[in-house]
Amino acid sequence: MIARQIDFAARRDLRAVLAAGLVFLYAPILVLIAFSFNDSRRTVVWQGFTVEWYRQAFEDEALLEAALNSLIVAAGSTILSTLLGIMLGLALHRYRFRGKASLEGLVYLPIVVPEVCLGVALLVFFSALDVTLSLATVIAGHVVFSFPFVAVIVRARMAGFDPALEEASRDLGAGTWQTFRCIMLPHMLPGIAAGALIALTLSLDDFVVTFFTSGPGSTTLPIKIYAMVRFSVTPAVNAASTVLILLTALAAAAAMALNRRDTTRELP
Amino acid sequence: MRHDRLRSWREDGAAFWALTAPPVLWLVAFFVVPLAMVWLVSFAGRGPQGQVLPVATLENYARALEPIHLLIIAKSVAIAVAVTAICVVIGVAMALVIAFAPTRWKNPLLLLVMLPFWTNLLIRTYSWIALLRSEGLVNLGSGWLHEAADALLGLVGLDGLMPAFQPVELLYSTSAVILSLIHIHLPFVVLPAYAALERIDRDCLESSLDLGATPAQTFRLVMLPMAMPGIATGALIAFILALGSFVAADLLGGTDSIMIGNLIQRQFTASNDWQFGAALSFLLLYVTFALVWLNAARRARVPS
Amino acid sequence: MAAIIEVRDATKRFGAHAAVDRVSLSVAEGEFFALLGPSGCGKTTLLRLIAGFETADGGSIAIDGTDMTGVEPQDRPVGMVFQSYALFPHMTVAGNVGYGLRVTGVAKSEIERRVAETLALVKLDGYAERMPAQLSGGQRQRVALARALVKRPRVLLLDEPLSALDAKLREQMRHELVRLKQSVGITFVIVTHDQSEALSMADRVAVMELGRVRQIAAPDELYEHPNCRFVAEFIGRINLFDGRAAGVVEEAGGRRLIVEGAALGRVGVPMNGASAAASALAVGVRPEKVRLDAAEPDDQRIRLQGRVVEIAYFGETSQIMLALDGGATVSAALTNATRSVRPGVAVGDVLWASWDPADTLVLET
Repeated sequence: MIARQIDFAARRDLRAVLAAGLVFLYAPILVLIAFSFNDSRRTVVWQGFTVEWYRQAFEDEALLEAALNSLIVAAGSTILSTLLGIMLGLALHRYRFRGKASLEGLVYLPIVVPEVCLGVALLVFFSALDVTLSLATVIAGHVVFSFPFVAVIVRARMAGFDPALEEASRDLGAGTWQTFRCIMLPHMLPGIAAGALIALTLSLDDFVVTFFTSGPGSTTLPIKIYAMVRFSVTPAVNAASTVLILLTALAAAAAMALNRRDTTRELP
Repeated sequence: MRHDRLRSWREDGAAFWALTAPPVLWLVAFFVVPLAMVWLVSFAGRGPQGQVLPVATLENYARALEPIHLLIIAKSVAIAVAVTAICVVIGVAMALVIAFAPTRWKNPLLLLVMLPFWTNLLIRTYSWIALLRSEGLVNLGSGWLHEAADALLGLVGLDGLMPAFQPVELLYSTSAVILSLIHIHLPFVVLPAYAALERIDRDCLESSLDLGATPAQTFRLVMLPMAMPGIATGALIAFILALGSFVAADLLGGTDSIMIGNLIQRQFTASNDWQFGAALSFLLLYVTFALVWLNAARRARVPS
Repeated sequence: MAAIIEVRDATKRFGAHAAVDRVSLSVAEGEFFALLGPSGCGKTTLLRLIAGFETADGGSIAIDGTDMTGVEPQDRPVGMVFQSYALFPHMTVAGNVGYGLRVTGVAKSEIERRVAETLALVKLDGYAERMPAQLSGGQRQRVALARALVKRPRVLLLDEPLSALDAKLREQMRHELVRLKQSVGITFVIVTHDQSEALSMADRVAVMELGRVRQIAAPDELYEHPNCRFVAEFIGRINLFDGRAAGVVEEAGGRRLIVEGAALGRVGVPMNGASAAASALAVGVRPEKVRLDAAEPDDQRIRLQGRVVEIAYFGETSQIMLALDGGATVSAALTNATRSVRPGVAVGDVLWASWDPADTLVLET
């Protein structure tokens, strides 16, 4: 119930802005996906449906290697980020200690620091230590900006955890580890899964940090696409991009589905 | 209440260290130390081959003030300000509709706004090329309109009156960069603005009407100030991200639309001038930290 | 007294559901009027119709003789106090109270004068520069009142104004509201689900159920002469017995209706509006009008015998529940007039509950 005079959702002009804004957000991506099926190398006019560009993309050895690299980096970064994120989230949830506020601030920093700055810092760091840029250096960089997200989500999830459950478990004779495994972990699990999927999408998506931390043998899909775009825009790039969009969209959809199942289950 | 549940780390020291040490070490090794190194490099001297010399100097920062660099910095700030301003105007309008939409519409609409987040930044930037290039969709569309207008004039015997259609070069310009940056950062404004507008007590708005304010006055005097923390946070994020961006200017910009991000990147790749790149990085970081701190201080002052 | 608010057949639907269903009522100038009912009865929607936040689907609402159809909330001569108080969190107390004057272009000096005057009226002098977050619940309530009163509305609308306060403060604010109403002399319309609030403050109360007005009457009349089973059960406690009319007899004291019921047996009660033709009736009596005796009382009283099953002590009264043969129960409220710790009744006692036929309510169901 809201007075019609201030029902901003009912105003035509504002609704038009929302619609235009959504079109603006989606049009370029949808056009790109459409072009990846367009049977024409040069023009943007629709010439008919084809999967030729996908065939070309899948036959491109370098592109496939980049895709494989992307998956390796994403897997490594997700596993590490999830583990570190759980640890930090739990520590911030459970303990009172000196410097806690500073640590909280520090954890958020990788999220606000411009990606270029993080990228060049890692580049300087690795070259100062004479570390050859490889998939490992890329993973190290991805974990830095991914695990704070996992920590934030795990901590938020634990904020809804009734401490009396833990006390009840102890009272019934369970030890620290049993209580963690049987009581706290099941409660945390949806948060962990959502955090892991966010880490996965962040890693699959990252371009800037990877740009500075990857070497000749460690090209990921976004870096490869960037090189191809710089060279010339071919429909095969559109096809490769569409595949990447699909990959991240799947991970994101899974994260949201988990989140939703999680919230609906909590309704009385 | 929940504070009482927090236990001192001393109560189970082993578990505390086992949980805290790995993430903290990771942050120190791959974040704090690298940034500290860049910070040191930003004050270092430069050898003949670009070597980092252990001399303390402010020369690298001084170089940022050279007209050619100052122009790029000023232009970057101008672009970021323009992007932020447009994002705020459009984003707040979008957030308003979503915040007041019927409950069953809210989540789908929010999802629609959030979804592009999960599309690769590079791809979102690159997708504009197909739309903006001279044989792109926008030119195709306007060319078609032009022809239609010409044909229409032909019908009334005025053919040949219109000048021949010239495709506009939309790509490789500052406008293209701004367009793409708005595209990328719009959701960053919509979401916090939505959260702030959604939290406003509807009774406050009705109360304002009841006290004689018009809907426009209610928006200006009640809604906007109440939603301001959220809108400011969104604007801040958009500004910081736009200021430090480099993909958009790299792919869509012309020769005159270089931004700070591109300048930094060049120092570490083509120009191999780490000292200057480090100084530029930290100029960007100082601005970022100052803005984040200002926002946090402002939020702390506002009583909840 | 002239009517300040005249509601005629007002209807408001949300989808297929009629939140307010053909409601008619009129509020007299200077009256303290309460809209009382359970949640979802439409009382708040009716208040919002009067304030102009909702548009009626049918009927009309006039304030001070002017039809309000199409008049925006900001142009109506009413002030509203919201359940949540709806104080603007980013403005000081003075900013909040002065807001209504500021947006209508009142001069600054005039605003300052009237804000100070109104803050004094609600006993908040000295709080002008505080922020709402720095105030207690009771103080926020006063700011909300001051903010609505400073515009000198003809009618003050109050939506559950006391529900956010704790019990002690609520009691105190009741007196405060009555005092405030007397000093400003305008009409108050209050929405509440709390019967004691409505009965203790209002001159007249409209009891609503399912979007309809069931009864409009003064508090004592509502309690002693409810016009239907809903009002009788909603206001206060009551013992109700199902029965049916079984004829009319003429007696010295007037006509009596004979009612038959399973628990009740056959009793004669004064005809008070109930139709002799109604097949299903409810016979009711308020617990405080029931007397308990060990011996069977005299012939004139309606009486039932039962066994004490529960004694609930409430301080000023004790509620004694008797179980009758056949499963029905009857409650009696005994005033604890002396400091005797033990009531003269124990669980298991077999007693007679009786009451004067004149205290009997006969309600159509």
